[in-house]
Parts: sequence; structure tokens; C-alpha cells
Amino acid sequence: MTTGLLTASIALIFFYAPVDADGLNQKIFYFHVPIALTSYACFGWGALKAFQHLWKRREGADLESYVAIHQGVIFGALTLVTGSIWAKVRWGQWWTWGDEQLVLFLVLFLFYCAYFMLRYSVDPGPQRANLCAVYALFGVVLIPISFLAIRLANSYIHPTVFTSDGPQMATSQLAAFCVAWAAILSLAYFLYRFELAGKRLDADLKELRELLA
Amino acid sequence: MTTEEKYVAAAYLVVLLVILIYVVIMAAKLTRLGRDVSELTELAREKKRTAEEGTAEQPVKPAPKQVKVG
Repeated sequence: MTTGLLTASIALIFFYAPVDADGLNQKIFYFHVPIALTSYACFGWGALKAFQHLWKRREGADLESYVAIHQGVIFGALTLVTGSIWAKVRWGQWWTWGDEQLVLFLVLFLFYCAYFMLRYSVDPGPQRANLCAVYALFGVVLIPISFLAIRLANSYIHPTVFTSDGPQMATSQLAAFCVAWAAILSLAYFLYRFELAGKRLDADLKELRELLA
Repeated sequence: MTTEEKYVAAAYLVVLLVILIYVVIMAAKLTRLGRDVSELTELAREKKRTAEEGTAEQPVKPAPKQVKVG
């Protein structure tokens, strides 16, 4: 399904959605924005799992939170790279410190990068799981700030497509965007399940090795 | 190919490459886990064999003699 959605989104982006006044570089938007939204979703999912770990003490929630944040960081890195490429074409520079959304997204990304430093500096066990869960929950506060920064800022250069008046694009462009977002979400879910299965198998094998030793 | 086209191609290639590298790393990890499973299976079989041999080598206690009474 993921491969089908990705193929369909590529076809829609390049053969169906028209090139607007922004030029060909607008085609980056169809992957850049869904990747950014998916990274927010992954961080949010990681925080939800962290909350489940702290509140219900559900077994496995800590590992699920870790894998979701790992996915979020990968998609966050892709957001920064694709955004920088777009900025180089549009603004003539790779990065600008004057834009709130860019800086806040970088802060969010670095915050979750530090999550791994915390996780691997504490010995595995309930203490590490609790610390990581609290850290993941703190990070989720940055998501609405990062998302709304562009809408709250008085002066900005980062374009806003989704405003209170609805999406500022043609129907064909919106269709291509929605399919691209579904494809990226589906890809993130597939990678999440794939990594989680590997981590669970690894944990089971470690336990089995200890039992057989 | 114009400069703009090159940048668009680069953006899509970066996404493809990162996803590809991630999948390759995960596949390599799964291969390692597969090797670990084989290794542990072999270890479990060896333990079972040793346990069975140990049981077979233990001297069998002679059955107590039945004495007719009466």
C-alpha cells in the first residue's frame, strides 16, 4: 500500500498538479510539508506512548515511545534538508535565522536529538524508562508552538499555505498534497512497525540468551 | 537540466536515499537477529542433548525384591 501511495503521489505531483507562479521548486512543497507534519505526528505519538507508560505502566509503551521519536527525528532531519534545498532556490540561501518557524523547528529537532543522549546515558531499567517518558512529554509542548509560530509571527518570510480561510492552492494541488501526505504517513507507519518488530525481537533474544547461559 | 530542476531532483533524491539507507540498516539488523536465532537454537539443542545424555548415563536403581508373604 505504501509503495502504491508513493507512486501515485509522485505521478500526481509531476503529471497532474500544475506548476504555479512559484515555479518548479514548488514541487518540493508536496513532500516537504507532509514530511514535517509526519514528524510532528511521530513526536506526538511518542509523547502519547510516554504518557501511557507513566500513567498506566503499560508494558512495551517505553519502547514504542522510543521508536516513534526515532522516526520523528528521521523525518525531522528530512524536513530540514528538503526545506533548505527549497530555501536555496527560493531565497538564495540555505538557512535564515530570521524566520520563527525554521528556528523553532530546529529547536524541536535538537530537543528530540538530545532524547537519545539521555536514553543512552542511563542504564536500562524502570528509571531510564521514566526519565525518557517525562522528557518526551516535555517536548510535545514545542509542537503547537512550532506549528503556530508562523501564524502568530508579525513578519515572516516562510510561506503559509493553510490559513484560516482554507488551503491557498488549486483543487488539483490539494489532491496531490493529500495523497503525498497519506503516502508519507503510511511510510512512517510501515517503518515504525518494522523497527518496533526488530527491537522486540532483539529484546526477546537477549532474554533467551540469558536464560540459556 | 536547469538549476531549479536540479534542486528539485536533489530534494527528492535525498528523501529516497535516507529512506533507502534506513531500510538497509534495518535489514542488516534483522539479518543479525536471524543469525542470533540460529545460534540460540543450536545452543538450546546442545543443552537438550547434554541433558538427555546425563539422564542416560545415570545408574539405574535395582528394583526392590518382592518377598512373598504368607
